[in-house]
Amino acid sequence: MNLTLRVWRQKGPEVRGKFVAYKVDEISPDMSFLEMLDVVNERLTSMGQDPIAFDHDCREGICGMCGVVIDGMPHGPRRATTTCQLHMRSFHDGDTITVEPWRASAFPVLRDLIVDRSAFDRIVAAGGYIATNVGNAPDANAIPIAKESADLAFDAATCIGCGACVAACPNASAMLFTAAKVSHLALLPQGQPEREDRARRMVARMDAEGFGGCSNHEECEAACPKGISVGHIARLNRDFLRASLTRGRREGNGGEGGSG
Amino acid sequence: MNLNAGIPSGPLDKKWEKHRFEMKLVNPANKRKFKILMVGTGLAGASAAASMGELGYNVSAFCFQDSPRRAHSIAAQGGINAAKNYQNDGDSVHRLFYDTIKGGDFRAREANVHRLAEISVKIIDHCVALGVPFAREYGGLLANRSFGGAQVSRTFYARGQTGQQLLLGAYSALMRQVDAGTVTLHPRHEMLELIVIEGRARGIVTRDLVTGKIESHLGDAVCLATGGYGNVMFLATYAKGSNATAIWRAHKKGAGFGNPCFTQIHPTCIPVSGDHQSKLTLMSESLRNDGRIWVPKTKGDTRAPNQIPDAERDYYLERKYPSFGNLAPRDVASRAAKQVCDDGRGVGPGGLGVYLDFGDAIRRLGEDAIREKYGNLFDMYERITDENPYRVPMRIYPATHYTMGGLWVDYNLMSTIPGLHVLGEANFSDHGANRLGASALMQGLADGYFVLPYTIGNYLASTKLEKVDGDHPDVRRAESVVSERTKRLLSVRGKRTVLSIHRELGQLMWEHCGMARNRAGLEQGLAKIPALRQEFWKNVNVLGDGLELNQALEQAGRVADFLELGELMCRDALEREESCGGHFREEYQTEDGEALRNDEKFCHVAVWEHRGEDSAPIRHQELLSFENVHLTARSYK
Repeated sequence: MNLTLRVWRQKGPEVRGKFVAYKVDEISPDMSFLEMLDVVNERLTSMGQDPIAFDHDCREGICGMCGVVIDGMPHGPRRATTTCQLHMRSFHDGDTITVEPWRASAFPVLRDLIVDRSAFDRIVAAGGYIATNVGNAPDANAIPIAKESADLAFDAATCIGCGACVAACPNASAMLFTAAKVSHLALLPQGQPEREDRARRMVARMDAEGFGGCSNHEECEAACPKGISVGHIARLNRDFLRASLTRGRREGNGGEGGSG
Repeated sequence: MNLNAGIPSGPLDKKWEKHRFEMKLVNPANKRKFKILMVGTGLAGASAAASMGELGYNVSAFCFQDSPRRAHSIAAQGGINAAKNYQNDGDSVHRLFYDTIKGGDFRAREANVHRLAEISVKIIDHCVALGVPFAREYGGLLANRSFGGAQVSRTFYARGQTGQQLLLGAYSALMRQVDAGTVTLHPRHEMLELIVIEGRARGIVTRDLVTGKIESHLGDAVCLATGGYGNVMFLATYAKGSNATAIWRAHKKGAGFGNPCFTQIHPTCIPVSGDHQSKLTLMSESLRNDGRIWVPKTKGDTRAPNQIPDAERDYYLERKYPSFGNLAPRDVASRAAKQVCDDGRGVGPGGLGVYLDFGDAIRRLGEDAIREKYGNLFDMYERITDENPYRVPMRIYPATHYTMGGLWVDYNLMSTIPGLHVLGEANFSDHGANRLGASALMQGLADGYFVLPYTIGNYLASTKLEKVDGDHPDVRRAESVVSERTKRLLSVRGKRTVLSIHRELGQLMWEHCGMARNRAGLEQGLAKIPALRQEFWKNVNVLGDGLELNQALEQAGRVADFLELGELMCRDALEREESCGGHFREEYQTEDGEALRNDEKFCHVAVWEHRGEDSAPIRHQELLSFENVHLTARSYK
């Protein structure tokens, strides 16, 4: 296949970026998208030009490290597929393909196609866990969990934290990412004691990181390589609402009742 | 080199308990005064950093990825073993211990493996408490499946992504400690040198992969949980960034390297599709529960698989190993695949593949049942190969997947450098010459949640450590080694890319030190690798500069280390004149092609000591003694 790539090139966070076009010939349809970029980089290096920087690691669609916007779609045209699992057979000979990084003010560009997603780590640090120290656990079968709940929790837990949901959202909202974590833990009995605090704290962190609000476009679900449902956002909203109503009581400020 | 493993005395099943009592403790109020540096945030690193944070230590955690959650433990598909005996099928701690010792072909320490089997049950409890969504039965209890090398169902799993779910559990525990202020994270940082002061590991030198800044971090103990070194083969199931740099730098600073030639070639990976191939993708071993492996009986049979009648198919694992069948251990299954392909009966491009066929299982259980169990794996196969495995059999071929070798550690997980602890795949400890499926996750979490948090306290409580600061000459020297090396890599400006040299090294390693090895081949490898290393330092082309995000520079440093480690692997493989587990020397085999161990000469761990660039390394031995299991020829027939 012979292709034209239009790739976003940006030397650093403070430097202005621009699209640069590259003619790319002799690409095999069996290559993955990232293998195609490897080939481009080999050729650029041989010509003494800086290779294109892009994040990637496992190349099996599970680490969540890779991800670029391809022709306007996060992770490209194939549904439920990460960039590393997208193959060139999804394109046609002669195509012009536009490649750019995730665009969101909470994900500043570090170089070319690489962005800083550390905001996601900070959202998880704000309560995306069950507080249990090593050594406290009862026998694993002490609490049976209905298969239905376990499966639903698993569906939420499949989030790989790639950030495609943010890139797809017109508001650059991180609601699907946050909701997936909140929902995973809210669906399990172990997650109940901290349920409301978790929702409240994680949403507050999300807002503080500069992600936009959710206005139900549902682009996130369409872009999610793991097919995570926006139904989890509804669960987060319920938990968040309940947490707001009971907030004063839980924090104990102003004694009984508080502002709730 | 002191290779006293420090195994506690007493009966096998009381050693760990006794040791825990005998180890010294650090007063709770004093723990925060100790700073521990944890390099790597996979299952072992994240769980250890989180547990030490919970205990109150002051931990700094480093990873080269943008988030700790991305470490390659995440890609483990199949499951995690534990001797819970929830299936009432005869499992026990002793059976898991026995299976692991036998699976490792009697080249692992009894005491370590028994401790691992004891701890396995607690790992499952803790992971469930953390919210890990393991597969469940309709009654709400945990489900299990079987894995290779075992005749009981002891593997816990979370569809085809057990690794991600366990890692997210450990990562969430880690982030809770970040929130609590006990752990400080340093993502996008790569360790490039170990700082050793007065014989003890006291710090690391890192490069900030975004700004290129080189800086030192000092502490009271250093822990490496940086994974295996299988990417020396270039094509492997590892993540592209997986590397040996941290353990290799530690080795060059004095840490003994145990059994470097023990690599695992996993039998069920998607075959290579062309020269552009950047990595290989595993298809979980769990597929062998329902898939049947076969090749045509006659050479050069090019008919489509569905056109070949049953009578003309050779289900070679079922034929050769009737009691374990398709669930033979990985080394055995890989070698058998190689044999039928060498015999000219391989399928697919180049004849380098065998069929993994679900036809019978689909007829027996229905397509939906197969989709429920393996749906995501089937989808992944289809995305990569463009073939539908519900209709045509999968094609698979062995690929490098794991390294049993690694830095030598004692019973406390401490290397030959006091203060340097090594966990998970980065150490050599528990799997002998072959790891059983679903045991890597078990070992990583055992080391991190349940072993290191105890043993590190013993080290800190029994060692007097002077305070060191950044101006110490050994710190400055380590920093300048890193700066000089970076400068050197950037100044060659030759004609070859890092990738092309890495690919060539991989081909050399696969040919001479891969699934089957022999003296002549290893000697050739030992001649060719130094020549390629020279070519690298004369002719590599790394563009850009050091003070920026420079992925070619990162890769160049890692490949430079692989070019040294590859040679040590060949040397170790040459010296070990026997076949055991994943190490198959063609000169040493039985009449029917099975591995032939030599217990008289090689019932030991080979531990290599680095002696500088210009001297050959020295091979030391830690003798292994078997008091609780008999050394027998491993049979899966």
